[in-house]
Amino acid sequence: MEEEKFDAIVVGAGPAGAAAALTLARAGLEVALIERGSYPGAKNVMGGILYGHHMEQLVERFWEKAPLERHISERRFWLLDGDSVTSLAYKSQRFCAEPYNAFTVLRAKFDRWLAGKAEEAGALLLCDTVVTDVIRRDGKVVGIRTGQEDGDLYAGVVIAADGVNSLLAKATGLHAELPADRVALAVKEIIALPREKIEDRFALDGNEGTAIEVFGEATAGMFGTGFIYTNGESLSLGLGAVLSDFVKTGLKPYDLIERFKANPMVRRLIAGGESKEYMAHLIPEGGYDHVPPLYTDGLMVAGDAAGLVNSVHIEGSNLAMTSGRLAAETAIEAKEKGDFSAATLAGYQRRLEESFIMADLKKYRRAPAFFESHPDLFGSYPEMVNAALSELITVDGLTKAEKQKRILEMVARSRPIWNMAGDLAGIWRALA
Amino acid sequence: MKIEEKLFLTPFKPDESASHLIVRFQEVCAQSCEGRPCTSFCPAHVYEWEGDHISVAYNGCLECGACGIGCPFGNIEWRYPRGGFGVQYRYG
Repeated sequence: MEEEKFDAIVVGAGPAGAAAALTLARAGLEVALIERGSYPGAKNVMGGILYGHHMEQLVERFWEKAPLERHISERRFWLLDGDSVTSLAYKSQRFCAEPYNAFTVLRAKFDRWLAGKAEEAGALLLCDTVVTDVIRRDGKVVGIRTGQEDGDLYAGVVIAADGVNSLLAKATGLHAELPADRVALAVKEIIALPREKIEDRFALDGNEGTAIEVFGEATAGMFGTGFIYTNGESLSLGLGAVLSDFVKTGLKPYDLIERFKANPMVRRLIAGGESKEYMAHLIPEGGYDHVPPLYTDGLMVAGDAAGLVNSVHIEGSNLAMTSGRLAAETAIEAKEKGDFSAATLAGYQRRLEESFIMADLKKYRRAPAFFESHPDLFGSYPEMVNAALSELITVDGLTKAEKQKRILEMVARSRPIWNMAGDLAGIWRALA
Repeated sequence: MKIEEKLFLTPFKPDESASHLIVRFQEVCAQSCEGRPCTSFCPAHVYEWEGDHISVAYNGCLECGACGIGCPFGNIEWRYPRGGFGVQYRYG
């Protein structure tokens, strides 16, 4: 039997894979897009923020067509403890106009749409299909093995966009299992609320939306954050913390999310809401030093599979899409040359390094280790800030001089001054 | 809301043919693993200590992959469920 051969096979129809397939199909290449779910997005989860800039490089004026929830006009950062919150917020009218900065999305809908764009451009989408291994010839990747009968597929190049648990990156030896202290475990709920309630509670005009990142109580002080994002008629609420902290503390993710929902500052926002879906996902947060080799003969790795996540700025889907597009551009070049060897695919590494992706990851390469070794930053600081502000704001007969003294004493008690100086220096080194 | 109720919200297409999650050596869980952290960190509460072995409720698995990485003994074999089976998020 003549073996069926594609120019390219893309494994995984998330943002990285769909972006790759779309780019390849537009260039006229024969491309198969393989998805293990019954539809693209069936297995996919993120907090819910999609940045517009990199999306528009794929689909012009996508906000007129894509299934988006709300454009984000306000970002809030919360320092939360058991009964109070200090909030820093930035809201701008600028974010309410085209081309928009960011949107909330629901991945089951969005991924289906983006993969549909790849199909429209000519990609062949194959769902319900798990890829179990690569096929090698003379040491080169020449195809993939699927769980289906007669399920071997061949191609000039394979793009592995199979997510955080990338089977293909492991099968090709590009990377081993991620360590538990470099991967975050996140859980999330969709909480339905009427549109008007959401717009009233968050002071939103029409389709604008709010995104809140929460430090402190949301993760019970573990290294991680919580979030509350507004969708059209629901909220995305969840939290994530480094997996090794869950292992160490014995905290249960589903108990934590209940505790977060019961917090008085959160309870008000979700009151009357109905939980619609509960989900869980891993996030590769190792950063620059954990990005594996990105290519081998006949294969490139993109998106979460390659660990391309900026955990400091909580960005992932834009890195995924861009890496998928750059892998596709490299594959197009390889097809023109008729050479899919590592020598040509090295162009993918070069493209990534010339892009914001590697520049940003490199900038924050020290951050994962620093925050992991300073867990109390996420525990004691939010409480300290809240207590200090409470003291400052409360009028109770004490003189202002006495108040200042109390605040300084309290701060020194919860964290010695020289430790704080060290923390600040460390944060500067990790982020600057 | 209990985890059982949460999982009830999420659509699954169960694969009755075989588990995609396998505890390799039950003796390791019984004799060497003190805290049995999989019974707490798994967000779908798939793993439960039954007094003499770990039970695996794989049909409620959310397919995050945490168990394969988080088990301190590397004692859990994690695979994807068969194509089309398992969790099917409507929202994501």
